[in-house]
Amino acid sequence: MSDELKGVVVCHGSLAKALVEAAEQISGIRGALAPVSNTGCDRELIEQRIAAAIDGSSAVVFVDMPSGSCLFGALQRRRLQTGVEVVTGVNLAMLVDFVFHRTLSAADAARRAAAAGEKAIRALE
Amino acid sequence: MTVVLHRVDDRLVHGQVVIGWGRPLDIGFIALVDDQVRTSDWEQDLYRMSVPEGVELIFASVREALRDLPGWRADVRRGIVLTADIETMAALHKADPAVDRINLGGIHHRPGRTERLPYVYLTDEELAQLRSLEASGATVTAQDLPTTTSVPLRSLA
Repeated sequence: MSDELKGVVVCHGSLAKALVEAAEQISGIRGALAPVSNTGCDRELIEQRIAAAIDGSSAVVFVDMPSGSCLFGALQRRRLQTGVEVVTGVNLAMLVDFVFHRTLSAADAARRAAAAGEKAIRALE
Repeated sequence: MTVVLHRVDDRLVHGQVVIGWGRPLDIGFIALVDDQVRTSDWEQDLYRMSVPEGVELIFASVREALRDLPGWRADVRRGIVLTADIETMAALHKADPAVDRINLGGIHHRPGRTERLPYVYLTDEELAQLRSLEASGATVTAQDLPTTTSVPLRSLA
């Protein structure tokens, strides 16, 4: 199972930890996702935290905002390492989908997770 | 004077700058002064993604900034001058003393730095450099957001 993708969730404050805990609670799958907080980080340190969480594996990095320091760190890591894809606008639906599809390629898993996340966003009238 | 904030923040353009300060200050431009970012197309593209519609993001080297600062001040829009490090802001102040109110918004941990505030870590040399800026007429304060307390440099020792 060691060739399965890693998921790294990178958010402001303590949001990533809460999202990972919630995804584990729903899916029952533990250890597939690693939270990374940007608290106390400059641009270099956030990238280092992401690199440590990925630990050389193929991975999908889920980022909260489509801009800012978390995205900067994720894209910097993607430039330095092949097999790393980045998805912005992380939500619980995409994480739950991802943990069940970690045998896909990183690119396919990222596309699939993004689609699942988009599908979960609705304005109910 | 329409440059309303001179900020040192090692994360450069991010939420605190664009939303936290940008909205209440009603800014129309951000001048990002950094010699390295000025030469990096991919970083510029990334930072452009961070600014809302209606806010111009200007990339400048230190040399270009010194040329353009008078124009930024004369701009009818309100703007922020942003650097990633103290050294760059000090260079602007040294050549243009009108860069006289300097905000420390985010200088994070690195080896050799000690915590002065949760969002400001400084080496003794950096602290001395900031004191030198004050001695030459600048006012240096730390404040991450407009809603938090402004901390004078003398309290960061």
